[in-house]
Formats: sequence, structure tokens, C-alpha cells
Amino acid sequence: MAESEDTSVDRRAFMKTAAAGAAGAASSGGASADGHHHDHDHQDVPSDLTLRTKALESLLVEKGLVDRAALDALIDTMEHKVGPRNGARVVARAWVDPDYRKRLLENAPAAIAELGYSSGQGDHMIVVENGPKVHNLIVCTLCSCYPWPVLGLPPVWYKSAPYRSRAVIDPRGILKEFGTEVAEDVEVRVWDSTAELRYLVLPERPAGTDGLSEDDLAALVTRDAMVGVRKVTAARSGDNP
Amino acid sequence: MNGVHDMGGQHGMGPVQYERDEPVFHEPWEGRAYALTRAMRAWRRWTPDADRYGVEVIPPAEYLRMSYYERWLYRLERAVVQYEFVTAEEARTGRAAAGTARETPRLTLAIAGSWLNRGLASSIEPGVRPRFAVGDRVRARNMHPAGHTRLPRYARGKAGTIVMDHGVYVFPDTSAHGKGENRQHVYAVRFTARELWGDAASARDSVHLDLFDDYLDRG
Repeated sequence: MAESEDTSVDRRAFMKTAAAGAAGAASSGGASADGHHHDHDHQDVPSDLTLRTKALESLLVEKGLVDRAALDALIDTMEHKVGPRNGARVVARAWVDPDYRKRLLENAPAAIAELGYSSGQGDHMIVVENGPKVHNLIVCTLCSCYPWPVLGLPPVWYKSAPYRSRAVIDPRGILKEFGTEVAEDVEVRVWDSTAELRYLVLPERPAGTDGLSEDDLAALVTRDAMVGVRKVTAARSGDNP
Repeated sequence: MNGVHDMGGQHGMGPVQYERDEPVFHEPWEGRAYALTRAMRAWRRWTPDADRYGVEVIPPAEYLRMSYYERWLYRLERAVVQYEFVTAEEARTGRAAAGTARETPRLTLAIAGSWLNRGLASSIEPGVRPRFAVGDRVRARNMHPAGHTRLPRYARGKAGTIVMDHGVYVFPDTSAHGKGENRQHVYAVRFTARELWGDAASARDSVHLDLFDDYLDRG
């Protein structure tokens, strides 16, 4: 998603001096205090947001409030160690192991911890199961609540106004935009994550996958299916995991 | 607060903008803003509810214009001053005041790996009695607090059914404002789509919200 490069009163009001100083250090062109120059190379000049973040980080580091190595580790974890592949393993296990499925639906944190994706403590999760008569959809209308241990950080669309506003009033319209057909006689059940519970959809196992291994099944499971905006299909569509 | 963040049911926001193969962070500063926020939360000087409120108070036009992590950055810039980690002067200059004692970071490399644990207390607390039981009919209160709340406008005054008792949680409306944990039961409450949105909605569909005891009356 493209970042706006407009400046605003609010943004200038904070760390104006620090940001301007950093801009001067970063580029001979620099950023002026009264706005943003558009006659420079955007590759070379850090954005206002980059400068503000750097200014805040260097101050917090200087005061001993944060540890840069710990920041790097957090970012590395979110970029490389967690994500929808974790949730896909959980779903595939539930498809091949009826006892695991039962445990997952009864006590999701413990069942997810069995696969090593959560401490099992401090996670308050519910897994909701799709079936022939129920299709579940997850949203957070108030902010961006999302099951990090199994899906990682949420995509921009999930946190955006179009999804948050319409998922509760027009879930079938949202599903249609994702190309997902849900028959009239199927209940669309929306879960608005308004407290500390986090939800994950257990999608239906697609037909024609009887011979597949657990690993092959996991490869079919997409992030979108675990949020509930799509179904799992036997052939990977090439959409986001 | 009846803020722009309370988006459920609003019209006119346009189609969902889907990005294929979306990166976790679109630019390096987003990852830094994310990690800085996590690292400062580790000091536990503000609650998760106060953190959410810190985004809700962004002026509406700004809230809608900003990207997600720009909201996080805006919030953290203010929180570090509000909760007295840095002075307004330090924030303005970007340098620590002369002679300031150096702190020891709370979020160390050694514990950064335990990120999975959100640090929530156990939801099992037999001493706190539930006001409702699964199957009870309830009605969400018609309340409009100016501060933080997790009862969306679209459910206020509406009748539903308790389908799960999730146990005991900190009450956001007080926790966000330093007025105590006020721990109480949270329930999954099922509302029919028609109860929320009228006769034009599907007769079959439903919306579930996780609601606190203090949001509910017997329905």
C-alpha cells in the first residue's frame, strides 16, 4: 500500500526539529518545514514517516528504554517465523485427525500448542468450523484483532474501512467480492472480535483430496480461508497464503 | 466513544482493496513502529485498552487518511510523553536531556522470542460470578460513553442470545482510563442479522460479538 506523503499539522507538531535535522543529515535536498518537496528523488530521501520513526527509535534507545537487538528479533519473527503457514498446519491436522479436530474445537489454545505454535498460556482462541449449513467469517470492526500465533499479522484489507464496515452488515456482499459463493440456505455467521478472544475459521476440506498427505493438504489452506472470506479449493489458486 | 473507528455498518467505504502477495511490512519504518510499540508495551505502564483508546482519539479525518502503522506511530509518539518515558522537550529535540539516568530495556533479546504470549491473565476466576448463562436472552445496553468501550454502536439496544461464556476478563471501559480492572464475565452473544439490520437482511445470518457483563441487561 502506498503511503501518503502529505504532511499535516499533527505530524509536524511532533518531533519537527528532530525530523528536520534527520532529513538534513540524510539528504542535501532535505525536507522543508512547511511541506514536502516533489522535485527530488523518492529513492534517496526518507519519507516523513521514516524520519519520525528513526527519531523516536534513537531517542528511546538513547534513554535505554528499548533494545535494538530485541526490535530486530521481533520484526524477524513476524516476517519470517509466523504467518498463515502455522494456521494451515493446524487445519490440515484437524482434517486428517478427528481426535485432534475435537480437541481443537473444544480447547483451541491447547490444541494449537500441541503443534508448537503457541505457549498455550495467554492465548484465548476459539476455532469455528465451517460446514454444509454454516459459513463463518472473522472481523474486528473496532480495530484489528487477529489470531497472531496462527496467522501472523493481518493484511491491510482486513484492517481497512471497507472490510470492517461491511463484514457485519453485508457479509454476503464481501464474500461475493472475494468470489466466494455461499448458498442461500447456508447461515453466514460473522464473529466480530470485540474482546480478547481471537477467532480462526476451520474451513471445509475440499472434495477430491482423499489421497493427499497432511503436508499436501496444508499447502492448500490459505490465509483468506482461515479468515472466512474464501473457501479452500483442491487446486491452489495462487492467491496469498 | 462514538468514534470513526467504530465502523461496523457504515456505508460508503468502497470495495475491499486486495493486495496479492502482500508483505508483512510494506516499508522498514512499519516494522520499526510495530516493534517499538511492542517493546514499550513491555514496560506495562499503560494497558492494552489504553493503547486501543490511543488510536481511537486520532481526529476522524486523520484516522481515515492514515495507514495502519502510521496510527501506531502517532499513538506511540504521544504515549511515551503522556506516560512520562520522555519529556515534551526530549520529544521535540529528539535527544535525551543532559544527565538523564539510562534505563534498562524491559523487552530484551532473550524474551523477545516469547512474543506469542499476549500476557493475558487466566480467564478462569470462580470468585467472579457470571450474571448470565448460555441460552439466556439479553439486550445490549443503549450506552454512549465518551471514553473507551468495546460495545459497538451497531449492537446497542439490540437483543441477542448468550451462546458461550468465555470466562473473566479485564473491563476495557475502566482499564483504558486507569479506573481499575473491574474483571467480569465475557460472553459470545448471537444477534440475528435481522435484529441488527432490519428485514432486508438474511433471515438465516447472524453476527456474534464478545460482550462484557456490564454491557448487557436481561432481554
